Amino acid sequence: MSRKEPLFWISLSCGAVVLAFIIMPLFEMLTAPSPEMLRETLEDRNVVRSIWLSIYTAGSAAGISFLLGTPLAYLLARRNFRGKRLVESIIDLPIVIPHPVVGIAILSVAGRNHWFGQILSELGIRVMGSVTGIIVVLTFVGMPFYINAVKDGFEGISPRLENVARSLGASLGGAFFRITFPLAWRSMLVGLIMCCARAISEFGAVVIVAYHPMIAPVMIYERFEGYGLKYSQPVAVWLILVCLALFLVLRILALPRKKEV
Amino acid sequence: MIRVESLQVHLGEFHLRDIRLTIPPNGFFVLMGPTGAGKTVLLEAIAGLIPVAGGTVHINGKDVTAATPEKRGVGIMYQDYALFPHLTVRQNAFFGVRYHGVDRRTSSERFKRLTEELNIGHLLARFPGTLSGGELQRVALARALMVEPAVILLDEPLSALDPVFREEIRLLLKNLHNATNTTFFMVTHDFAEALSLATQAAIINNGVIEQTGCILDIFQRPCSAFVADFVGMKNIFPAEFNGSLSRVGDITLQLPRPPLNAPRFIAIRPEDIIISNVPPEPALPNVFRGAVTAVIDQGFSYEIQLELKKMTFRAMIPKGGLIGLGLEMGKPVHFHLREEAIHTF
Repeated sequence: MSRKEPLFWISLSCGAVVLAFIIMPLFEMLTAPSPEMLRETLEDRNVVRSIWLSIYTAGSAAGISFLLGTPLAYLLARRNFRGKRLVESIIDLPIVIPHPVVGIAILSVAGRNHWFGQILSELGIRVMGSVTGIIVVLTFVGMPFYINAVKDGFEGISPRLENVARSLGASLGGAFFRITFPLAWRSMLVGLIMCCARAISEFGAVVIVAYHPMIAPVMIYERFEGYGLKYSQPVAVWLILVCLALFLVLRILALPRKKEV
Repeated sequence: MIRVESLQVHLGEFHLRDIRLTIPPNGFFVLMGPTGAGKTVLLEAIAGLIPVAGGTVHINGKDVTAATPEKRGVGIMYQDYALFPHLTVRQNAFFGVRYHGVDRRTSSERFKRLTEELNIGHLLARFPGTLSGGELQRVALARALMVEPAVILLDEPLSALDPVFREEIRLLLKNLHNATNTTFFMVTHDFAEALSLATQAAIINNGVIEQTGCILDIFQRPCSAFVADFVGMKNIFPAEFNGSLSRVGDITLQLPRPPLNAPRFIAIRPEDIIISNVPPEPALPNVFRGAVTAVIDQGFSYEIQLELKKMTFRAMIPKGGLIGLGLEMGKPVHFHLREEAIHTF
C-alpha cells in the first residue's frame, strides 16, 4: 500500500484511533495511583488473597479445560459424525450467553431445588459461595476458548503423521502421545492462555454464584461501589501487572522454536 | 503377500467396490489410476487406517481385516513423506523399533545398513524441515524399512521429485526391493515408472478395478476403453467384426486373426502408426491415405493427427521424423496400421 493512496491514510487514522481507544484508559488507570498507594495496597492481605484466588481459580479452570477439553477437541478435529455442528455450537454457547445468565444457569442446576444440586450437596460439594463455585463458573466461560484453540491446533496436524506412526507399530494412544501431543502443545498453551485470560476477567457470573470468597474483579467492583474510583484503581493495577507477567511468560513459551521450522 | 477379496469401502459419496487383488510374496505391484480413482483409499484400507464395509484383507496368509493398523505388518509411505517434524532423522528412523521387539544390536546393524544403502548418514541429526525432497524420500524409506514390514505401501513416492531425484529413487526402490523380503505395493500415475519397477499391476477407476495382471499385458492388451486410453492407446474406435476383418467407420481393417470374446472396440497405440510419403512396397494391408490436420509438439516427439473419412488417427513420430517426412498441415500422406498392433476388446 503506497503512501499516495488515500486508503493508506484512512487505515493509518483508524489504527491510531483504535490504539488510543485501548491504550488511553489503561495508561490513565496504571499511572493514576501513586507508588505509595500501590505499596500500601500490596500490604493489604485481602487484596493479595483476592488476586491469588483469581489466579488459582482461573488456573484450575484452565487445568480442568485441559483434562476434559483436550480429548473432545481431538475427537472434533479428527472425526466427522452426525450432529458434529450441533456439538460445536453447544461448546460455543458460553461465549454468547450474557455473564449473569451463566451464573443463574449454574445456580439453577447446582442449587438445592435441582436433583443434581441435591446429589452434590449429599456428596458435600458446595457450589454457592465457594471456591468450587468460582472454578465451575470460570471453567464454564473459559473452556470454549481452550477447546476451539486446541481443535484448530489438532486440525493443523496432518492425520497422515498418526497413520504412519500406527503403521510403524504405535497404538492410537501411542501415536497421539508421541506425535500429535508434542506437535500440538503450543496450541494447547495458547488455548490455556485464552482460557485463563477469559476466566480471570470474569465478573458477572461469579458475583451471582460466589460473591465470597472474593476474587480480584469482585473486590475491585466492591471497592469502587463502596469507596470510589481512587480506592479501586490500585487493586486493578496489581491485577493487570500480575496477569501481564503471567501471560508474557506463557506467550514466550508458546513461540515456535527455530530448529523445527 | 497381499490378498484382497471383495473389498468394499464407503467414504461419504465415494465407494470402493468389489476390489480383488493378489500380490505374490516379495512382489512389486503397481496400482495406477487417475486422480480421485481411489488409489490412496485402497492403500489406507489395506493398512487398516480406514474402516471397510465388506470383504477381507490377508497379509502373508493371515486375515487382518479386523486387525488394528499396528498389528498388520504393513508400512505406509505417503506422497508427502509424512516425516515427524519434531523428531530428527535418527529419531524418525528409530520410531517404530520399540514396537517390534527388535534388540538394540539388531536395530543398530539394520540402521547402519539402511543409512549406507540410502545415503542418509550425514543427515541423522537434522530435522525434516531442513531436508530436500530426495532426502525426505530416503529418510521416509529408511523409517519404513527399519521395522522390516511384510508389506510396504508407497503412495506416489516419486511424483513430488524433480527428474534427477526421481531416477535415483526409482533405482533405489528397485534395489531395496531386491535386497529385502518385503512386498512392495506402489501407487503411481506414471506408466513408464510402473513399467520400469513392477511386474504386476492394476488399473483403478472410480473405485473399481478395471484390469489387473501382468503389466505388459495391461499395456498391450487393455480390456476396456478406459484402460486403453489410460495406457496411452489414443486411437480407440467402436468397430464391427466379421472374421478377421473389422469395420471401423467407413474403413475396413485386416486383423491378424479373428478376435475372441465378441469385442466392440479396436485400439492402436500412436507409435504403432507408421507414416510415409509413398505407399509401402510390397503392398501391405491396412495402408490408407489421409491428410495431416494437426502437428502437436510433445517435447521429445510430435503427435500427428491424420484425417481419413471423417475419422481422426493420432500417430507419434520423433522430432527428426517431422523434417525427414516434410510434414505440414493439409499434406496428404500414407499411413500404415500394423495388423499385430491392432488391439480388440
